[in-house]
Amino acid sequence: MSAPNSDYDPVEVTPLRADEVDRMRDEALAAIAAADSLDALKQVRIDHTGDRSPLALANREIGALPPAARKDAGQRVGQARGAVNQALAARTAEVEAAEFERRLAAETVDVTLPVDVEPVGARHPITTIQEHVADIFVAMGWEVAEGPEVEAEWLNFDALNLGPDHPARTMQDTFWLDPESAAMVLRTHTSPVQARTMLTREPPIYIVCPGRVYRTDEADATHMPVFHQVEGLAIDKGLSMAHLKGTLDHFARAIYGTEITTRFRPSYFPFTEPSAEVDLLCYVCHNDPAEVSSCRTCGGEGWVEWGGCGVVNPRVLVACGVDPEEYSGFAFGMGLDRTITSRYDIADLRDLWDGDVRFTEPFGVGL
Amino acid sequence: MRVPVEWLRSLVELPDAVTTEELADRLTMYDLKLEEIVGGGLTGPLTVGRVLAISPEEQKNGKTINWCRVDVGAQNDPSVPDAPGEDVPSRGIVCGAHNFGVGDLVVVSLPGTYLPALGFEIGSRKTYGHVSDGMICSTTELGLAEDDTTAHGIVVLPAGSAEPGDDAIELLGLGDQTLVLEVNPDRAYALSLRGVARDTALAFDVPFTDPADREVPSTDTAAYPVRVEDPAGCPVFTTLVVEGIDPAATTPAWMAKRISDAGMRPISLTVDVSNYVMLELGQPNHCYDRAKLSGDIVVRRARAGEKLRTLDDVNRTLSEDDLLITDDAGPIGIAGVMGGDRVEIDGTSTDVVIEAAHFDPVTIFRTQKRHKLPTEAAKRFERGVDPELPLRGAARVAELLVELAGGTLAPGATVVGTAPARKSVSFPSELPARISGLPITAEEAQDTYERNGCTVELVADIFTVTPPSWRFDLNDPYDFVEEALRTAGYENVPSVLPTPTGGRGLSRSQELRRRVGHILAGAGLVEVTTLPFVGPADLDKLGLPADDARRDLVRLANPLSAEEPGLTPTLLIGLLRAASLNIGRGHESVALSEIGRVFHPREGSPAAPILGVDRRPTDEELAALDAALPEQPRHTGFVLVGERMRSGWTGPGRAVAWTDALAIAKRVAGYLHVDLEVASATLAPFHPGRCARLSIDGRVVGHVGELHPKVAETYGLPGRVAAGELDLDALIEAAPPIGPKPHFSVFPVAKEDFAFTVDAALPAGELEAAIASASPLLESVRLFDVYTGDQVGEGRKSLAFKVRLRAEDRTLTDADIKAAREQIVAAAATLGAELR
Repeated sequence: MSAPNSDYDPVEVTPLRADEVDRMRDEALAAIAAADSLDALKQVRIDHTGDRSPLALANREIGALPPAARKDAGQRVGQARGAVNQALAARTAEVEAAEFERRLAAETVDVTLPVDVEPVGARHPITTIQEHVADIFVAMGWEVAEGPEVEAEWLNFDALNLGPDHPARTMQDTFWLDPESAAMVLRTHTSPVQARTMLTREPPIYIVCPGRVYRTDEADATHMPVFHQVEGLAIDKGLSMAHLKGTLDHFARAIYGTEITTRFRPSYFPFTEPSAEVDLLCYVCHNDPAEVSSCRTCGGEGWVEWGGCGVVNPRVLVACGVDPEEYSGFAFGMGLDRTITSRYDIADLRDLWDGDVRFTEPFGVGL
Repeated sequence: MRVPVEWLRSLVELPDAVTTEELADRLTMYDLKLEEIVGGGLTGPLTVGRVLAISPEEQKNGKTINWCRVDVGAQNDPSVPDAPGEDVPSRGIVCGAHNFGVGDLVVVSLPGTYLPALGFEIGSRKTYGHVSDGMICSTTELGLAEDDTTAHGIVVLPAGSAEPGDDAIELLGLGDQTLVLEVNPDRAYALSLRGVARDTALAFDVPFTDPADREVPSTDTAAYPVRVEDPAGCPVFTTLVVEGIDPAATTPAWMAKRISDAGMRPISLTVDVSNYVMLELGQPNHCYDRAKLSGDIVVRRARAGEKLRTLDDVNRTLSEDDLLITDDAGPIGIAGVMGGDRVEIDGTSTDVVIEAAHFDPVTIFRTQKRHKLPTEAAKRFERGVDPELPLRGAARVAELLVELAGGTLAPGATVVGTAPARKSVSFPSELPARISGLPITAEEAQDTYERNGCTVELVADIFTVTPPSWRFDLNDPYDFVEEALRTAGYENVPSVLPTPTGGRGLSRSQELRRRVGHILAGAGLVEVTTLPFVGPADLDKLGLPADDARRDLVRLANPLSAEEPGLTPTLLIGLLRAASLNIGRGHESVALSEIGRVFHPREGSPAAPILGVDRRPTDEELAALDAALPEQPRHTGFVLVGERMRSGWTGPGRAVAWTDALAIAKRVAGYLHVDLEVASATLAPFHPGRCARLSIDGRVVGHVGELHPKVAETYGLPGRVAAGELDLDALIEAAPPIGPKPHFSVFPVAKEDFAFTVDAALPAGELEAAIASASPLLESVRLFDVYTGDQVGEGRKSLAFKVRLRAEDRTLTDADIKAAREQIVAAAATLGAELR
């Protein structure tokens, strides 16, 4: 460091010469610009802004100048140091950002790698369709009723106008509990739930009963000893076949789409009178003349059998404590398993029951 | 019911323009549902031919074929050379069969004939060195019913029955179609041509000739004496006698054809006539050889131990409820079901006693079920045969026997009993419109009833209708609604959506079951639905001890398989079967759940009462029904096999462990806001040291844990298997209607760690519970480490907990924290825990 001198000539103090200060500044700026890493910048910071850097040393010379010269030199060196510090900060930010980008780039993954580490569950379509059907009716103000699967013979048959010697009882292939004299069966339909509801509630009654039912069929591709039904029952003042038709039309459209409608054919069930079979307009070909003849779903009929229905037989109302003079009602019932198998073109009913996860997984938690 | 269309048309004046399909469609909408139309598919030049020459030619394969010249009249082709007898106009046909000779009349399908039985059109083709210009047909090729005379061979027509060149389709009735109708049990009358014809006439509004409308013999003198000891079982019994029939007389072809088209087998003239009248009128009847009868015919119930050899050559022991036809020598038939062989008509019978009766439907139904004899007669009697019909039916049998077998009708007729009068039914005339939803007027309804044979009175808007004798389905007012609706057309019922007055939505239980279903799927479990049928072998596979209550199955009287006579007491059987199936099909990991019912017998095995149906049962009677039913709670179960977390490029996975089953149970309970108490238990089929009993307020609601390794092995499941089963009904019952109120403090937390050494046998849960209740400042406690080893010594273990402390109203001071630590250590000490 130079000592203050009396015969000061600012021009002669080399480090404080304007061109020299500019050179030191430019040198520093060049070094800053050339630094491409935080490590390099650290060195640049030491070399050009540290205590031993040229500009810091030059700054010290200022104190030795005569007061008249100090301001000018101080301004010159201060500006240079400011420019260097600013450039250093800017460059540091730049390099930091670039390094961060590099680090992120280095962390790039292959998003096509499998990520199925956690098991994925699914719900059985038979469960889902029962809920779906229930929701359709709940939205109309109906309720969902349930009952036991092992049922009293009286509720499964007698209360429904199927007396012990009714020929129609032979149409039902019934599982009986041992001994038969115990008068209990695996319910052959969900109709006992209807009886239970009438026995325990005052009309008006609007209920659907989805659930498992049993028949003594050996399991094969098209039969199972257990299957699922939904039945409906409405008891109110002034109900007729027309309300039954309206309800089934609505139900059919909710399940199969707005183009679907229903057709009544006369039939016989002991618990309804009049009774009808209800057919669905084929949900594949819509009975379109161009397609119906080759349609596999309806076999060229244009209509698909859906279920049975009718006006509740007053004998059933009497047995279940409903006054047939005051109330009338309608009931319907259809299988749900076939709704699933036909919609998804499932050839073998046993697939619903085997529990192979490949059957259920594609359904996820819906249909 | 099989209805030959030609036969039907003979009874109804149906316009020729109505096709069989249109007929079937209309009958279907008239409650006589078409199952199928059979016959009528055979088309083309099927022609009668006379065999002119046969030249047998042995083939290299050892077979001998016949090279034939056949005269087919106008269809002859004189230009074909290379044949015996080629100078005569004819056709050359190769035939492989040998049961015909020169001069025989045969049926030839000339090129262009479509034979449905073969499924293709016959062409002219080169075979065995000749051009065969058609085919000589066999019974099967023509789709004819085979009987003893024609079986397995060429059809040879009776000499003189036709001329070469005649159309064989018409001759053999091969163009005839038969409707196969599904007759519902209430429409008994439609099990006859008479009934179907009447409905056809109504459906098409055309005239109908009632074949039962005929003169009957006078009852002034008896035909064959009859005594009815059980008039309730047999309200009407009729006999007629035809004498001097020709035992050698045979059934005419037209009758045999109608019988076989209707689905029965022609047997002999007497049997055929009997069946023919049953099909025509719906009146089952029976013919006895008078020479074999001894004494009066008596109708009575069977005596205990009485036996009868029926026509199907089976010796049957009769029940005292069976109604019998007997003579002095004992039973000669089970009434309305099947005759006995002692009095059977045979090749020497000349005098015939014809029986036609009306029997109580319930009696016949029970007897045919008891003896497993659902004969054509029983099928009709159990549904109801027109009680006015017996004498007219017997007369029709007699008429045909006289006509076809050369007998003479003996004078007189025996008729015991009279047809019960039908009760009239009264109902408002607007009922049909009100219930059907169609604007059916009283006039329209009355017209329908009258055309169906009812007598109708309409006074002050009230119908009083008396149904005809043949309509067993018209007893209640609503039955007449159906009848009016059938005419008005089911297809015309309008569509009106009813408007219920607001429902309550899903029940709490229904809503929560759905929630549990979603929780289980969210836990990575795939739902299955399995069959509930199990047997002792399944219980053995689970390793249930001999005295396990679950061995007491709810049993079926008629299981599909003798090996699976019971209903399952646990969902684990179905789940393990399904898991086994998946592993067997190559899956390495599988996690399954099910929600379903299980079944436990009710103590004392009560029977369910059979109540009356003429009124609502009392609440006590209904309670007795429910009290008899087995317990059948809904459970949820789950089984996990293989990896719970899959291994792969991210690192090693995690094998299924007992903890997974407990975690799932806790997740389900947690979402239902139910606290489960967890305790060690030993219960099959679980690992004896790895099973948790789960309770709510002391009530056991399920078990979870690791499946016993032996059970896993039995089911072929690899590794450690986690399983569990919860009483879902009990869980849902315990679920509070509203979940806990969200509650938390916003002041700073203090985190403290503790490591205690305790006796190795102390359940960690007990220590955790002690810590959790030690200080009011305690926010949560979580066990994060379990250690056993040298540092804690034999019989001890170290349990380390992270505890979070927080006050509701202030920032904790050092003194607060110190006090809380001391409380925790003191609480732990009561369980013998020492702070490490």
